[in-house]
Amino acid sequence: MAAILDAQGLNKNFGAVTAASDINAAIERDSVVGLIGTNGAGKTTFINMITGYLKPDRGRIRYEGRDITELAPRDVTRLGICRSFQIPQLYASLTAFENMLVGIGVVLRNAGRGGFFSRGRALVPGHDLPAEDVAERILERFGLAEYRDKNAQVLPGGVRKLLDIALTMVAKPKILLLDEPTSGVSAEEKFVIMEMIMAAVRAEGATVLFVEHDMEVVSRFAGRVLAFYDGRIIADAAPEIALADPEVKRYVVGGVLRA
Amino acid sequence: MSRDRTPRTLALILLALLVSGQFLPQWTLFLVTVALAKGLVVLGLMILLRCGLVSFGQALYYCIGAYAAGMLGRLFGASDVFTLMLAGMAAAGLVGFVLGFLLARYRSIFFGLLSLAVSMILYGLLVKTEALGSTDGFHVLPSTLFGLRPADAWVRYTVLAVALLVAFIAALLVHRYLGTPLGRLASAIKDNEIRVEYMGASARHAIHVKYVIAAALAGLGGALAATTVGHIDPEMAYWTTSGEFIFITILAGTGNVIAPFLGALVFGVIQTVAFGISPNTWQMVLGGSLLVVIVFLPNGLWSLFRGRKAA
Repeated sequence: MAAILDAQGLNKNFGAVTAASDINAAIERDSVVGLIGTNGAGKTTFINMITGYLKPDRGRIRYEGRDITELAPRDVTRLGICRSFQIPQLYASLTAFENMLVGIGVVLRNAGRGGFFSRGRALVPGHDLPAEDVAERILERFGLAEYRDKNAQVLPGGVRKLLDIALTMVAKPKILLLDEPTSGVSAEEKFVIMEMIMAAVRAEGATVLFVEHDMEVVSRFAGRVLAFYDGRIIADAAPEIALADPEVKRYVVGGVLRA
Repeated sequence: MSRDRTPRTLALILLALLVSGQFLPQWTLFLVTVALAKGLVVLGLMILLRCGLVSFGQALYYCIGAYAAGMLGRLFGASDVFTLMLAGMAAAGLVGFVLGFLLARYRSIFFGLLSLAVSMILYGLLVKTEALGSTDGFHVLPSTLFGLRPADAWVRYTVLAVALLVAFIAALLVHRYLGTPLGRLASAIKDNEIRVEYMGASARHAIHVKYVIAAALAGLGGALAATTVGHIDPEMAYWTTSGEFIFITILAGTGNVIAPFLGALVFGVIQTVAFGISPNTWQMVLGGSLLVVIVFLPNGLWSLFRGRKAA
Protein backbone atom coordinates (compact mmCIF):
# COMPACT_ATOMS: atom_id res chain seq x y z
CA MET A 1 0.00 0.00 0.00
CA ALA A 2 1.15 3.52 -0.70
CA ALA A 3 2.22 5.75 2.17
CA ILE A 4 -0.24 8.53 2.95
CA LEU A 5 2.31 10.31 5.11
CA ASP A 6 6.05 10.22 4.65
CA ALA A 7 8.51 11.88 7.00
CA GLN A 8 12.10 11.94 5.77
CA GLY A 9 15.14 12.85 7.82
CA LEU A 10 13.40 15.15 10.31
CA ASN A 11 15.68 17.02 12.68
CA LYS A 12 14.71 19.50 15.35
CA ASN A 13 16.76 21.07 18.09
CA PHE A 14 15.70 23.39 20.86
CA GLY A 15 19.02 24.92 21.82
CA ALA A 16 21.12 22.05 23.13
CA VAL A 17 18.14 19.69 23.34
CA THR A 18 17.60 17.34 20.44
CA ALA A 19 13.87 16.81 20.01
CA ALA A 20 14.12 14.99 16.69
CA SER A 21 17.14 13.35 15.16
CA ASP A 22 16.84 11.84 11.69
CA ILE A 23 13.23 10.72 12.01
CA ASN A 24 12.11 8.59 9.06
CA ALA A 25 8.64 7.11 8.95
CA ALA A 26 6.29 6.23 6.12
CA ILE A 27 2.74 5.77 7.34
CA GLU A 28 0.45 3.55 5.30
CA ARG A 29 -3.10 4.51 4.51
CA ASP A 30 -5.74 3.25 6.99
CA SER A 31 -3.11 1.96 9.39
CA VAL A 32 -3.18 2.48 13.15
CA VAL A 33 0.19 3.47 14.54
CA GLY A 34 1.09 3.77 18.20
CA LEU A 35 3.79 6.24 19.21
CA ILE A 36 5.54 5.28 22.45
CA GLY A 37 8.39 6.69 24.45
CA THR A 38 9.10 8.44 27.73
CA ASN A 39 8.30 12.09 28.23
CA GLY A 40 10.65 14.22 26.18
CA ALA A 41 11.43 11.38 23.75
CA GLY A 42 10.09 13.36 20.79
CA LYS A 43 6.58 11.99 20.19
CA THR A 44 4.74 15.29 20.50
CA THR A 45 7.50 17.08 18.59
CA PHE A 46 6.90 14.60 15.78
CA ILE A 47 3.17 15.40 15.83
CA ASN A 48 3.86 19.12 16.04
CA MET A 49 6.08 18.94 12.98
CA ILE A 50 3.47 17.05 10.98
CA THR A 51 0.78 19.60 11.85
CA GLY A 52 3.00 22.53 10.99
CA TYR A 53 3.18 23.90 14.53
CA LEU A 54 6.94 23.36 14.48
CA LYS A 55 9.15 23.57 11.42
CA PRO A 56 11.88 20.92 11.31
CA ASP A 57 15.43 22.22 11.06
CA ARG A 58 16.05 19.64 8.34
CA GLY A 59 13.96 17.07 6.53
CA ARG A 60 10.67 17.00 4.63
CA ILE A 61 7.16 15.78 5.33
CA ARG A 62 5.03 14.57 2.43
CA TYR A 63 1.32 13.96 2.60
CA GLU A 64 -0.31 12.19 -0.34
CA GLY A 65 2.77 13.05 -2.35
CA ARG A 66 2.61 16.74 -1.48
CA ASP A 67 5.27 18.55 0.55
CA ILE A 68 3.58 20.00 3.62
CA THR A 69 6.69 20.85 5.64
CA GLU A 70 6.22 24.61 5.39
CA LEU A 71 2.45 24.81 5.83
CA ALA A 72 0.74 26.46 8.82
CA PRO A 73 -1.44 24.32 11.12
CA ARG A 74 -4.69 25.62 9.61
CA ASP A 75 -3.55 24.71 6.10
CA VAL A 76 -2.45 21.25 7.21
CA THR A 77 -5.85 20.81 8.85
CA ARG A 78 -7.61 21.87 5.65
CA LEU A 79 -5.77 19.11 3.79
CA GLY A 80 -7.26 16.52 6.15
CA ILE A 81 -4.72 16.07 8.95
CA CYS A 82 -6.46 16.74 12.26
CA ARG A 83 -5.14 16.43 15.78
CA SER A 84 -6.39 16.13 19.30
CA PHE A 85 -4.53 17.37 22.35
CA GLN A 86 -3.03 15.86 25.46
CA ILE A 87 -4.76 18.60 27.43
CA PRO A 88 -8.18 19.05 25.78
CA GLN A 89 -8.37 22.29 23.81
CA LEU A 90 -12.03 23.20 23.94
CA TYR A 91 -14.12 26.34 23.72
CA ALA A 92 -14.70 26.50 27.45
CA SER A 93 -17.61 28.93 27.52
CA LEU A 94 -19.58 27.03 24.88
CA THR A 95 -21.65 23.89 25.29
CA ALA A 96 -20.53 20.57 23.82
CA PHE A 97 -23.02 21.07 21.01
CA GLU A 98 -21.82 24.61 20.30
CA ASN A 99 -18.22 23.37 20.33
CA MET A 100 -19.16 21.01 17.53
CA LEU A 101 -21.03 23.73 15.65
CA VAL A 102 -17.99 26.02 15.68
CA GLY A 103 -15.85 23.25 14.22
CA ILE A 104 -18.46 22.40 11.62
CA GLY A 105 -18.77 26.10 10.81
CA VAL A 106 -15.10 26.21 9.92
CA VAL A 107 -15.52 23.18 7.66
CA LEU A 108 -18.49 24.86 5.98
CA ARG A 109 -16.64 28.10 5.56
CA ASN A 110 -13.56 26.42 4.08
CA ALA A 111 -15.89 24.77 1.58
CA GLY A 112 -17.48 28.13 0.78
CA ARG A 113 -20.85 27.12 2.19
CA GLY A 114 -23.22 28.60 4.75
CA GLY A 115 -21.90 32.15 4.32
CA PHE A 116 -23.65 35.48 4.57
CA PHE A 117 -25.35 35.22 1.18
CA SER A 118 -26.24 31.54 1.20
CA ARG A 119 -29.87 30.55 1.52
CA GLY A 120 -31.35 27.69 3.47
CA ARG A 121 -29.37 25.20 5.52
CA ALA A 122 -26.01 24.31 4.04
CA LEU A 123 -24.89 20.68 3.94
CA VAL A 124 -21.58 19.87 5.59
CA PRO A 125 -19.14 18.49 3.03
CA GLY A 126 -18.23 14.86 3.62
CA HIS A 127 -21.24 14.33 5.86
CA ASP A 128 -23.96 15.63 3.50
CA LEU A 129 -26.11 16.68 6.42
CA PRO A 130 -26.95 20.08 7.95
CA ALA A 131 -24.56 21.29 10.67
CA GLU A 132 -26.88 20.49 13.61
CA ASP A 133 -27.37 16.90 12.44
CA VAL A 134 -23.65 16.35 11.98
CA ALA A 135 -23.02 17.70 15.50
CA GLU A 136 -25.67 15.41 17.01
CA ARG A 137 -24.38 12.40 15.14
CA ILE A 138 -20.76 12.80 16.16
CA LEU A 139 -21.69 13.54 19.78
CA GLU A 140 -23.77 10.38 19.81
CA ARG A 141 -21.00 8.32 18.29
CA PHE A 142 -18.71 9.36 21.13
CA GLY A 143 -21.38 8.77 23.77
CA LEU A 144 -21.60 12.51 24.47
CA ALA A 145 -25.30 13.04 23.73
CA GLU A 146 -26.16 13.51 27.42
CA TYR A 147 -23.58 16.31 27.72
CA ARG A 148 -24.89 18.14 24.65
CA ASP A 149 -25.99 21.30 26.46
CA LYS A 150 -23.36 21.40 29.19
CA ASN A 151 -20.60 23.98 29.07
CA ALA A 152 -17.24 22.49 28.17
CA GLN A 153 -15.59 23.90 31.29
CA VAL A 154 -17.84 21.93 33.67
CA LEU A 155 -17.45 18.57 31.92
CA PRO A 156 -15.53 15.76 33.68
CA GLY A 157 -12.00 15.05 32.46
CA GLY A 158 -12.77 11.92 30.47
CA VAL A 159 -15.69 13.62 28.74
CA ARG A 160 -13.57 16.63 27.85
CA LYS A 161 -11.05 14.25 26.35
CA LEU A 162 -13.70 12.60 24.21
CA LEU A 163 -15.13 15.95 23.13
CA ASP A 164 -11.65 17.06 22.14
CA ILE A 165 -11.33 14.01 19.90
CA ALA A 166 -14.92 14.34 18.62
CA LEU A 167 -14.03 17.86 17.48
CA THR A 168 -11.38 16.48 15.16
CA MET A 169 -13.96 14.31 13.42
CA VAL A 170 -16.04 17.17 12.00
CA ALA A 171 -13.59 17.75 9.17
CA LYS A 172 -13.63 14.07 8.10
CA PRO A 173 -9.90 13.74 8.68
CA LYS A 174 -7.83 11.45 6.52
CA ILE A 175 -5.15 11.35 9.18
CA LEU A 176 -5.97 11.59 12.85
CA LEU A 177 -3.19 12.46 15.27
CA LEU A 178 -4.19 11.69 18.85
CA ASP A 179 -1.88 13.01 21.54
CA GLU A 180 -2.36 10.74 24.57
CA PRO A 181 -6.07 10.10 24.03
CA THR A 182 -6.33 8.15 27.28
CA SER A 183 -4.13 10.18 29.61
CA GLY A 184 -5.80 11.34 32.79
CA VAL A 185 -8.42 8.63 32.39
CA SER A 186 -8.89 5.68 34.76
CA ALA A 187 -7.48 2.32 33.70
CA GLU A 188 -10.92 0.80 33.09
CA GLU A 189 -12.07 3.77 31.01
CA LYS A 190 -9.02 3.66 28.75
CA PHE A 191 -10.25 0.72 26.74
CA VAL A 192 -13.79 2.13 26.53
CA ILE A 193 -12.47 5.40 25.14
CA MET A 194 -10.14 3.70 22.67
CA GLU A 195 -12.91 1.36 21.48
CA MET A 196 -15.14 4.36 20.88
CA ILE A 197 -12.45 6.24 18.97
CA MET A 198 -11.57 3.23 16.86
CA ALA A 199 -15.23 2.53 16.07
CA ALA A 200 -15.66 6.12 14.88
CA VAL A 201 -12.45 5.92 12.88
CA ARG A 202 -13.52 2.66 11.25
CA ALA A 203 -16.88 4.19 10.36
CA GLU A 204 -15.30 7.32 8.87
CA GLY A 205 -12.16 5.75 7.48
CA ALA A 206 -8.97 7.42 8.65
CA THR A 207 -5.32 6.71 9.30
CA VAL A 208 -4.51 7.02 13.00
CA LEU A 209 -1.35 7.90 14.86
CA PHE A 210 -1.74 7.90 18.62
CA VAL A 211 0.63 8.64 21.47
CA GLU A 212 0.16 6.24 24.34
CA HIS A 213 1.94 5.29 27.56
CA ASP A 214 -0.14 2.22 28.40
CA MET A 215 1.48 -0.72 26.60
CA GLU A 216 -1.65 -2.84 26.96
CA VAL A 217 -3.59 -0.23 25.04
CA VAL A 218 -0.82 -0.02 22.45
CA SER A 219 -0.62 -3.75 21.82
CA ARG A 220 -4.38 -4.03 21.63
CA PHE A 221 -5.10 -1.19 19.19
CA ALA A 222 -1.94 -0.42 17.22
CA GLY A 223 -0.97 -2.36 14.13
CA ARG A 224 2.48 -0.82 14.22
CA VAL A 225 4.58 0.84 16.87
CA LEU A 226 7.11 3.64 16.59
CA ALA A 227 9.24 3.74 19.73
CA PHE A 228 10.93 7.08 20.44
CA TYR A 229 13.94 7.65 22.60
CA ASP A 230 16.03 10.79 22.82
CA GLY A 231 14.58 12.22 19.60
CA ARG A 232 15.22 9.03 17.61
CA ILE A 233 13.03 6.18 16.51
CA ILE A 234 14.60 3.12 18.12
CA ALA A 235 12.04 0.60 16.94
CA ASP A 236 9.50 0.51 14.13
CA ALA A 237 7.61 -2.78 13.99
CA ALA A 238 4.44 -4.62 14.87
CA PRO A 239 3.62 -4.22 18.60
CA GLU A 240 4.59 -7.74 19.68
CA ILE A 241 7.99 -7.34 18.05
CA ALA A 242 8.61 -3.73 19.04
CA LEU A 243 7.60 -4.19 22.67
CA ALA A 244 9.87 -7.25 22.94
CA ASP A 245 12.86 -5.33 21.59
CA PRO A 246 15.56 -5.13 24.29
CA GLU A 247 16.29 -1.47 23.64
CA VAL A 248 12.58 -0.59 23.81
CA LYS A 249 12.26 -2.64 26.99
CA ARG A 250 15.14 -0.81 28.55
CA TYR A 251 14.44 2.77 27.46
CA VAL A 252 10.69 2.93 26.90
CA VAL A 253 8.74 0.28 28.73
CA GLY A 254 11.05 0.30 31.73
CA GLY A 255 11.06 4.08 31.69
CA VAL A 256 7.30 4.19 31.79
CA LEU A 257 7.17 1.75 34.68
CA ARG A 258 9.61 3.81 36.66
CA ALA A 259 7.68 7.02 35.93
CA MET B 1 -34.33 24.77 18.06
CA SER B 2 -35.88 28.02 19.16
CA ARG B 3 -37.09 30.25 16.38
CA ASP B 4 -35.18 33.40 15.61
CA ARG B 5 -37.34 36.23 16.93
CA THR B 6 -34.83 39.04 16.57
CA PRO B 7 -35.86 40.22 13.07
CA ARG B 8 -39.51 40.42 14.11
CA THR B 9 -38.67 42.23 17.35
CA LEU B 10 -36.51 44.69 15.43
CA ALA B 11 -39.31 45.38 12.96
CA LEU B 12 -41.79 45.96 15.81
CA ILE B 13 -39.45 48.40 17.55
CA LEU B 14 -38.91 50.22 14.24
CA LEU B 15 -42.65 50.57 13.65
CA ALA B 16 -43.37 51.60 17.24
CA LEU B 17 -40.75 54.36 17.14
CA LEU B 18 -41.74 55.55 13.66
CA VAL B 19 -45.33 55.96 14.83
CA SER B 20 -44.72 57.33 18.31
CA GLY B 21 -41.99 59.66 17.02
CA GLN B 22 -44.63 61.85 15.38
CA PHE B 23 -46.14 62.67 18.76
CA LEU B 24 -43.05 62.91 20.93
CA PRO B 25 -41.49 66.25 21.89
CA GLN B 26 -38.59 67.45 19.73
CA TRP B 27 -35.89 66.98 22.39
CA THR B 28 -36.73 63.29 22.75
CA LEU B 29 -36.39 62.82 18.98
CA PHE B 30 -32.92 64.29 19.19
CA LEU B 31 -32.08 62.06 22.15
CA VAL B 32 -33.22 58.92 20.36
CA THR B 33 -31.41 59.82 17.12
CA VAL B 34 -28.11 60.43 18.93
CA ALA B 35 -28.65 57.15 20.79
CA LEU B 36 -29.08 55.37 17.45
CA ALA B 37 -25.85 56.90 16.16
CA LYS B 38 -23.96 55.76 19.23
CA GLY B 39 -25.76 52.42 19.12
CA LEU B 40 -24.28 51.79 15.66
CA VAL B 41 -20.77 52.31 17.04
CA VAL B 42 -21.52 50.05 19.99
CA LEU B 43 -22.92 47.40 17.66
CA GLY B 44 -19.45 47.18 16.14
CA LEU B 45 -17.80 47.11 19.56
CA MET B 46 -20.11 44.26 20.50
CA ILE B 47 -18.84 42.20 17.56
CA LEU B 48 -15.27 42.77 18.74
CA LEU B 49 -16.07 42.16 22.39
CA ARG B 50 -17.54 38.78 21.50
CA CYS B 51 -14.01 37.87 20.33
CA GLY B 52 -12.68 39.16 23.64
CA LEU B 53 -11.30 42.34 22.07
CA VAL B 54 -11.94 45.77 23.58
CA SER B 55 -11.15 48.69 21.31
CA PHE B 56 -10.29 51.77 23.38
CA GLY B 57 -10.19 53.82 20.20
CA GLN B 58 -13.44 53.28 18.36
CA ALA B 59 -13.97 57.05 18.41
CA LEU B 60 -11.38 57.09 15.62
CA TYR B 61 -13.90 55.70 13.18
CA TYR B 62 -16.77 57.67 14.67
CA CYS B 63 -14.76 60.82 14.00
CA ILE B 64 -13.66 59.72 10.52
CA GLY B 65 -17.28 59.06 9.60
CA ALA B 66 -18.35 62.44 10.89
CA TYR B 67 -15.54 64.36 9.19
CA ALA B 68 -16.03 62.47 5.92
CA ALA B 69 -19.70 63.48 5.95
CA GLY B 70 -18.89 67.04 6.98
CA MET B 71 -16.16 67.51 4.39
CA LEU B 72 -18.29 66.07 1.63
CA GLY B 73 -20.72 68.93 2.31
CA ARG B 74 -17.99 71.51 2.79
CA LEU B 75 -15.97 70.63 -0.32
CA PHE B 76 -18.61 69.36 -2.75
CA GLY B 77 -21.83 70.73 -1.30
CA ALA B 78 -23.25 67.23 -0.89
CA SER B 79 -26.15 67.23 1.51
CA ASP B 80 -28.13 64.05 0.85
CA VAL B 81 -28.28 62.25 4.15
CA PHE B 82 -27.81 58.78 2.65
CA THR B 83 -24.83 59.92 0.58
CA LEU B 84 -23.21 61.40 3.69
CA MET B 85 -23.74 58.23 5.69
CA LEU B 86 -22.41 56.02 2.91
CA ALA B 87 -19.35 58.24 2.64
CA GLY B 88 -18.77 58.11 6.40
CA MET B 89 -19.12 54.36 6.40
CA ALA B 90 -16.84 53.88 3.39
CA ALA B 91 -14.11 56.18 4.73
CA ALA B 92 -14.09 54.50 8.14
CA GLY B 93 -14.27 51.02 6.62
CA LEU B 94 -11.31 51.78 4.37
CA VAL B 95 -9.16 53.10 7.21
CA GLY B 96 -10.26 50.10 9.29
CA PHE B 97 -9.22 47.76 6.51
CA VAL B 98 -5.73 49.24 6.34
CA LEU B 99 -5.21 49.51 10.11
CA GLY B 100 -6.73 46.05 10.51
CA PHE B 101 -3.58 44.46 9.06
CA LEU B 102 -1.73 45.80 12.08
CA LEU B 103 -4.36 45.54 14.80
CA ALA B 104 -5.57 42.02 13.97
CA ARG B 105 -2.16 40.80 15.12
CA TYR B 106 -2.71 42.00 18.67
CA ARG B 107 -4.87 40.80 21.54
CA SER B 108 -6.06 41.98 24.94
CA ILE B 109 -4.48 45.14 26.35
CA PHE B 110 -2.15 45.55 23.35
CA PHE B 111 -5.08 45.65 20.96
CA GLY B 112 -6.91 48.07 23.22
CA LEU B 113 -4.05 50.51 23.71
CA LEU B 114 -2.91 50.38 20.10
CA SER B 115 -6.42 51.30 18.96
CA LEU B 116 -6.41 54.10 21.53
CA ALA B 117 -3.06 55.35 20.24
CA VAL B 118 -4.27 55.50 16.64
CA SER B 119 -7.39 57.43 17.63
CA MET B 120 -5.30 59.96 19.54
CA ILE B 121 -3.11 60.46 16.47
CA LEU B 122 -6.20 61.52 14.52
CA TYR B 123 -7.25 63.78 17.39
CA GLY B 124 -3.82 65.39 17.36
CA LEU B 125 -3.91 65.88 13.59
CA LEU B 126 -7.37 67.44 13.63
CA VAL B 127 -6.50 69.81 16.48
CA LYS B 128 -3.56 71.07 14.40
CA THR B 129 -5.49 71.37 11.13
CA GLU B 130 -6.76 74.92 10.85
CA ALA B 131 -8.46 74.29 7.51
CA LEU B 132 -10.84 72.01 9.41
CA GLY B 133 -11.39 74.47 12.25
CA SER B 134 -8.82 72.81 14.56
CA THR B 135 -10.27 72.51 18.09
CA ASP B 136 -13.48 74.31 17.15
CA GLY B 137 -14.38 71.96 14.32
CA PHE B 138 -16.96 73.22 11.86
CA HIS B 139 -20.66 73.26 11.12
CA VAL B 140 -22.15 70.60 8.92
CA LEU B 141 -24.47 71.77 6.15
CA PRO B 142 -28.14 71.05 6.77
CA SER B 143 -28.78 67.68 5.18
CA THR B 144 -31.46 66.86 2.66
CA LEU B 145 -33.45 63.76 1.86
CA PHE B 146 -33.68 62.94 -1.86
CA GLY B 147 -32.91 66.59 -2.62
CA LEU B 148 -35.60 67.97 -0.34
CA ARG B 149 -35.33 69.76 2.98
CA PRO B 150 -38.30 68.96 5.22
CA ALA B 151 -40.23 71.77 6.92
CA ASP B 152 -38.50 72.96 10.10
CA ALA B 153 -41.01 71.30 12.40
CA TRP B 154 -40.37 67.95 10.70
CA VAL B 155 -36.59 68.04 10.41
CA ARG B 156 -35.99 66.20 13.68
CA TYR B 157 -38.56 63.57 12.88
CA THR B 158 -37.20 62.99 9.37
CA VAL B 159 -33.66 62.54 10.66
CA LEU B 160 -34.99 60.15 13.29
CA ALA B 161 -36.88 58.15 10.66
CA VAL B 162 -33.75 57.87 8.53
CA ALA B 163 -31.68 56.90 11.56
CA LEU B 164 -34.22 54.26 12.56
CA LEU B 165 -34.21 52.77 9.10
CA VAL B 166 -30.42 52.69 8.90
CA ALA B 167 -30.06 51.22 12.39
CA PHE B 168 -32.72 48.63 11.58
CA ILE B 169 -30.92 47.49 8.42
CA ALA B 170 -27.52 47.51 10.16
CA ALA B 171 -28.85 45.46 13.07
CA LEU B 172 -30.48 42.94 10.75
CA LEU B 173 -27.32 42.51 8.68
CA VAL B 174 -25.12 42.14 11.76
CA HIS B 175 -27.60 39.65 13.22
CA ARG B 176 -27.38 37.57 10.08
CA TYR B 177 -23.61 37.87 10.04
CA LEU B 178 -23.35 36.64 13.64
CA GLY B 179 -25.17 33.49 12.58
CA THR B 180 -22.70 32.64 9.80
CA PRO B 181 -19.74 30.33 10.47
CA LEU B 182 -17.37 33.31 10.47
CA GLY B 183 -19.63 35.23 12.85
CA ARG B 184 -19.96 32.26 15.18
CA LEU B 185 -16.21 31.99 15.38
CA ALA B 186 -16.19 35.00 17.74
CA SER B 187 -16.60 33.19 21.07
CA ALA B 188 -14.34 30.40 19.81
CA ILE B 189 -11.56 32.93 19.19
CA LYS B 190 -12.16 34.37 22.65
CA ASP B 191 -12.00 30.93 24.27
CA ASN B 192 -9.22 29.16 22.42
CA GLU B 193 -7.43 30.60 19.46
CA ILE B 194 -5.07 27.64 19.15
CA ARG B 195 -7.97 25.31 18.58
CA VAL B 196 -9.45 27.69 16.01
CA GLU B 197 -6.24 27.44 14.01
CA TYR B 198 -6.13 23.67 14.41
CA MET B 199 -9.65 23.43 13.05
CA GLY B 200 -8.53 25.07 9.85
CA ALA B 201 -9.56 28.69 10.35
CA SER B 202 -7.48 31.84 10.56
CA ALA B 203 -8.27 33.78 13.72
CA ARG B 204 -6.40 36.79 12.39
CA HIS B 205 -8.45 36.88 9.22
CA ALA B 206 -11.70 36.54 11.18
CA ILE B 207 -10.67 39.38 13.49
CA HIS B 208 -9.67 41.55 10.55
CA VAL B 209 -13.10 41.10 8.98
CA LYS B 210 -14.81 41.92 12.27
CA TYR B 211 -12.59 44.94 12.75
CA VAL B 212 -13.57 46.36 9.36
CA ILE B 213 -17.26 45.76 10.06
CA ALA B 214 -16.92 47.52 13.42
CA ALA B 215 -15.06 50.43 11.79
CA ALA B 216 -17.70 50.82 9.07
CA LEU B 217 -20.50 50.78 11.65
CA ALA B 218 -18.71 53.42 13.72
CA GLY B 219 -18.23 55.55 10.59
CA LEU B 220 -21.92 55.24 9.82
CA GLY B 221 -22.76 56.29 13.37
CA GLY B 222 -20.35 59.22 13.15
CA ALA B 223 -21.89 60.49 9.90
CA LEU B 224 -25.35 60.16 11.41
CA ALA B 225 -24.25 62.05 14.52
CA ALA B 226 -22.74 64.78 12.33
CA THR B 227 -25.97 65.35 10.39
CA THR B 228 -28.06 65.16 13.58
CA VAL B 229 -26.00 67.51 15.72
CA GLY B 230 -24.97 69.76 12.81
CA HIS B 231 -21.49 70.36 14.19
CA ILE B 232 -18.33 68.29 14.41
CA ASP B 233 -15.06 68.78 16.27
CA PRO B 234 -11.95 66.75 17.19
CA GLU B 235 -13.52 65.77 20.53
CA MET B 236 -15.26 63.06 18.52
CA ALA B 237 -11.92 61.23 18.28
CA TYR B 238 -10.88 61.95 21.88
CA TRP B 239 -10.35 59.03 24.23
CA THR B 240 -13.27 60.03 26.45
CA THR B 241 -15.57 59.48 23.46
CA SER B 242 -14.11 56.00 23.02
CA GLY B 243 -14.60 55.45 26.72
CA GLU B 244 -18.25 56.40 26.42
CA PHE B 245 -18.73 53.76 23.73
CA ILE B 246 -17.14 51.09 25.89
CA PHE B 247 -19.27 52.27 28.79
CA ILE B 248 -22.39 51.72 26.69
CA THR B 249 -21.13 48.34 25.45
CA ILE B 250 -20.71 47.08 29.01
CA LEU B 251 -24.00 48.64 30.06
CA ALA B 252 -25.82 46.99 27.14
CA GLY B 253 -24.27 43.51 27.09
CA THR B 254 -23.37 41.49 24.03
CA GLY B 255 -26.37 39.17 23.99
CA ASN B 256 -28.23 40.54 20.99
CA VAL B 257 -27.99 43.17 18.23
CA ILE B 258 -30.80 45.13 19.92
CA ALA B 259 -28.75 45.54 23.10
CA PRO B 260 -26.37 48.26 21.81
CA PHE B 261 -29.27 50.54 20.86
CA LEU B 262 -31.06 49.88 24.12
CA GLY B 263 -27.84 50.59 26.00
CA ALA B 264 -27.21 53.82 24.08
CA LEU B 265 -30.75 55.00 24.78
CA VAL B 266 -30.54 54.21 28.49
CA PHE B 267 -27.17 55.95 28.57
CA GLY B 268 -28.66 59.02 26.90
CA VAL B 269 -31.59 59.12 29.29
CA ILE B 270 -29.43 58.70 32.41
CA GLN B 271 -27.05 61.36 31.14
CA THR B 272 -29.86 63.82 30.40
CA VAL B 273 -31.67 63.23 33.68
CA ALA B 274 -28.48 63.29 35.74
CA PHE B 275 -27.36 66.49 34.06
CA GLY B 276 -30.74 68.05 34.76
CA ILE B 277 -30.60 67.14 38.44
CA SER B 278 -26.99 67.98 39.06
CA PRO B 279 -25.01 69.68 36.27
CA ASN B 280 -21.71 69.42 38.16
CA THR B 281 -21.75 65.84 39.32
CA TRP B 282 -23.73 64.04 36.62
CA GLN B 283 -20.81 61.73 35.89
CA MET B 284 -21.19 60.38 39.40
CA VAL B 285 -24.72 59.27 38.66
CA LEU B 286 -23.56 57.70 35.41
CA GLY B 287 -20.73 55.86 37.15
CA GLY B 288 -23.09 54.71 39.87
CA SER B 289 -25.53 53.28 37.36
CA LEU B 290 -22.78 51.35 35.59
CA LEU B 291 -21.67 50.00 38.96
CA VAL B 292 -25.21 48.82 39.68
CA VAL B 293 -25.47 47.15 36.27
CA ILE B 294 -22.11 45.40 36.62
CA VAL B 295 -22.97 44.10 40.09
CA PHE B 296 -26.54 43.02 39.43
CA LEU B 297 -26.53 42.37 35.66
CA PRO B 298 -23.02 41.20 34.80
CA ASN B 299 -24.15 40.42 31.25
CA GLY B 300 -25.55 43.90 30.79
CA LEU B 301 -29.03 45.29 30.41
CA TRP B 302 -29.79 42.72 27.77
CA SER B 303 -29.90 39.96 30.38
CA LEU B 304 -33.22 41.48 31.52
CA PHE B 305 -34.72 40.28 28.24
CA ARG B 306 -32.92 36.98 28.01
CA GLY B 307 -35.18 34.00 27.59
CA ARG B 308 -38.14 36.03 26.46
CA LYS B 309 -36.42 37.40 23.40
CA ALA B 310 -33.73 34.80 22.86
CA ALA B 311 -31.41 35.55 19.97
